[in-house]
Amino acid sequence: MSWLRSRYRSAVVATVVFLALALLPFAGWHVPWILPGPVDILNSTGTLAALAICFVFAGVAVGYDLIFGFTGLLSLGQALFFGIGAYVFTITVTDWNWPFFPAVAVTIAVALVVALISGAVALRVPGIAFAMVTLAFAQAFYFAVESNPHNLTGGDSGLSLNDARLPFFAQGAVSNTPNLYWVALGFLFVSTMVVWMVTASETGHLLVAIRENERRLEVLGVRTYGYKLLSVVISSVIAAGGGIVYVLLIGTVLPSSVAATSVSISIVIMVVLGGAGTRWGALGGAMVYEYLQQYLNKVSSEPSFANLPAVLRVPISQPQFLLGALFIVFVIFVPGGFAGLYHRRKAKAIGAAGDDVARRTITGLFKKHAA
Amino acid sequence: MSTFLSLTFSGLALGGIYFLAASGLTLIFGLMGILNFAQGLFMTLGAYAGYEIALRLPASPGAPMILILSTIGAILGGALAAGITEVLLIRPLYGRPLDQMLVTIGLDLAIVALLEGIFGSNEVAISVPLWVNGATYVGGVELPNAAFLALGAGVIVFVGLETFLRRTRYGIIIRAGVENRGMVSALGVNVGRAFTLVFVIGGAMAGLAGLLNTIAFNSDFVSPLQGDSLLIYSFIVVVIGGLGSIRGAAVAAVGIALLQLYTNYYIGSHPGWAQVGNFSVVLLLAIVLSVRPRGLFASVV
Repeated sequence: MSWLRSRYRSAVVATVVFLALALLPFAGWHVPWILPGPVDILNSTGTLAALAICFVFAGVAVGYDLIFGFTGLLSLGQALFFGIGAYVFTITVTDWNWPFFPAVAVTIAVALVVALISGAVALRVPGIAFAMVTLAFAQAFYFAVESNPHNLTGGDSGLSLNDARLPFFAQGAVSNTPNLYWVALGFLFVSTMVVWMVTASETGHLLVAIRENERRLEVLGVRTYGYKLLSVVISSVIAAGGGIVYVLLIGTVLPSSVAATSVSISIVIMVVLGGAGTRWGALGGAMVYEYLQQYLNKVSSEPSFANLPAVLRVPISQPQFLLGALFIVFVIFVPGGFAGLYHRRKAKAIGAAGDDVARRTITGLFKKHAA
Repeated sequence: MSTFLSLTFSGLALGGIYFLAASGLTLIFGLMGILNFAQGLFMTLGAYAGYEIALRLPASPGAPMILILSTIGAILGGALAAGITEVLLIRPLYGRPLDQMLVTIGLDLAIVALLEGIFGSNEVAISVPLWVNGATYVGGVELPNAAFLALGAGVIVFVGLETFLRRTRYGIIIRAGVENRGMVSALGVNVGRAFTLVFVIGGAMAGLAGLLNTIAFNSDFVSPLQGDSLLIYSFIVVVIGGLGSIRGAAVAAVGIALLQLYTNYYIGSHPGWAQVGNFSVVLLLAIVLSVRPRGLFASVV
């Protein structure tokens, strides 16, 4: 019963959160200091664009949590699919002049096929080797787009999206930022709902069972391979969708910003920060991570920033340094991430042995890799 | 033919660097069950330690002393960084291998960004004796001098590691730990000390690999990201060689380096194929894993 109650409450919370975010472009409030955009107004173009980028990565992170948090597979190659989304969409729209929807369909189809093939190979290896193999596959894609085959990918300098023929809601003009904001929010909503539905289904319970004790399932006669592949494919397709929305927002694709190892790694970090295998963890972790990244960039470009002594200026001007340090602190001192913090506080309040709840997600993961 | 021989020689040298980078990884993985992402960072730090030392020495091109001292600096720098990492970050997380690995990822991210902040993302050149950038001709075949250093270091470390692991008390403890960690600690051996030792050895070899990569394959340039790009090949070497196997790492390192250089030279010269060497390495990984998911050698050190 408490399970039902918690799902009911989640649905209410989700409705409120997504509705509030959807109405944000109408809120012209002045908010000092904390906004990541250059202007201190909540619905300014800069703030909306920055939030939209947060939504894109949050959606991708939520999808990634399906493999990492729920199935217990550490993939380090999510950039492969994010990159495929960004590149295939840009190429079909800009070079081949395809309309929007067929381009999206083909992009998703390509991601699906690549996920099936690469997942089928990578899942043959156990535990940590899976991480290395997915990393290598993503790196192969990076090499491929860097080498600019047939002038298709633009090499180092990347591609820019020609959005002239795209439908109005997907065009990247400054006047159009609220529309793109809604597109990004819509992507996050769809990604979250898909993952919630999968994890609530019987398949989802099997995925968690794979994380907790795969051998036991095999003994029971369950073919885990297919379920693992399914979870890889779903989260890969979501990542490709994120790649598409990213290009719509940014308008350019660079190998270093969509296909590099650092992209895969930041997705892992977002999920761990928020709390792997929880309902809101990946979403919250990604929002905080991306927000901090953009906010720190803004801080270090302030004119007064140059006056700081180098001891302070150098570390602050490198958001990756602060985020990496924050991440280390979380891994060591806050197992379970934000979600773990929340559950522990709640458990203290009701006096239950709720430390378990916080720790369960991570325990399952490392038990698996220790084996 | 002389091109082929020269290419083969460079391939062996590159294999030496891959081996230096991968042997530490494979030992750490075999013993502790963690994938050490910070190994790439240790390579970069080694190269920067060498750079800083060479910078402070009186410039006299041709003096081998500069190179010797910066090599020692690179080794010590890598070892020190690895030792500090193990004691401060890995030790509090014993029993949580996934978290240990995540910490190394975070460390790599943070310190590489810090290096970019300090040195700028542009590469800096390390000063080396003139001899290093020259080449020796043997029967008309051009053999780069720096490649001799890389190959020599790879061979020395391989022989040294094998001897250490087979002949010394700590080597035997490490081998036993790779085989069955629980049993070793049940017998009253302090496995934690072996963990630190393996980390320090891995860091020292990584530091050396970083410096050698700089002088043999990166035209003496040091950059904050160089270790991370080497790291991916080291991972591939470790997986193909078999997790935990030193000999596997040696064989896979040389094989991958040769494949990479051959395909790069013979196919990569065509337009649009510039990355074929790197690409073929990943393809090889996929093929090996389809045939032998546990790599070429079983995990016996």
